[in-house]
Amino acid sequence: MRIAVAALIAFILTAEAPAVGGTSRSYTIVIDKMKFGQTPPVLHRGDTILWVNRDLFRHSATAANRSFDIDLPAGKSVPMVVKSTGELAFACKYHPGMRGVLRVRP
Amino acid sequence: MKVAMGFLGAAALAFAGTAQAAGPTDPEIAHIAYTAGNIDIAAAKQALAKSHNATVRAFASEMVRDHQAVNDKALALLKELKVTPQDNATSDSLSKQADATLKRFAKLNEHDFDHAYLNNEVAYHGTVNSALKTTLIPSATNAQLKSLLETGLTLFTEHQKHAEHLAATLK
Repeated sequence: MRIAVAALIAFILTAEAPAVGGTSRSYTIVIDKMKFGQTPPVLHRGDTILWVNRDLFRHSATAANRSFDIDLPAGKSVPMVVKSTGELAFACKYHPGMRGVLRVRP
Repeated sequence: MKVAMGFLGAAALAFAGTAQAAGPTDPEIAHIAYTAGNIDIAAAKQALAKSHNATVRAFASEMVRDHQAVNDKALALLKELKVTPQDNATSDSLSKQADATLKRFAKLNEHDFDHAYLNNEVAYHGTVNSALKTTLIPSATNAQLKSLLETGLTLFTEHQKHAEHLAATLK
């Protein structure tokens, strides 16, 4: 529970912070206990997502349309610049029950 | 499938025997959980040695990686808690049955092996998950051990669903 609250606070804090030097923003999506945390309501192309894997297990953030495929070793964080637009369904390719959707505007 | 169920029936009985006792101690629970993980790692290594099917091999690699991660964490936790895993009848029974299954599966041709392996993974994870829910997690007294078992249950439930999907779609 404490981890979930910390993840939520981290998400809110980073979601409010514009990226340095432009209008793009940075967001954090935390993976914990075999679940993707809350995704930002709306993203824009050029925004950055920091995928944070707090699990013991290797995960991935893999778009259904393969527009991104981020490998996430246990305990690691990996940044990703959002390049595609639209409703991008994603899942962990190792644990297909872990799913989410990114909504990206131009 | 019949081969897989032979092992699983016995495995379920082994866990049921645990449930009927007064309840396993934390050192016994740790040993059972670690043994159950090692059994699945051994099964996956057999799949990696025997199968050429990319889907089966990817799933087997995932099983090795995930179960090894849980077992490594379990060992670290036991060291921290200064708890020595205690061998017990359930662990012994599981190991003996798993050895017999490995021997039977070794004789299968590749096509039959792929199906037997995935079906066994579905049933084995189902049995282990049931034991975690009904016996091991409720009996665990140490909060960190209980939490690790709960993490294991979440992971293994995902494994079970993944194996079900693969078993249903494997040609």
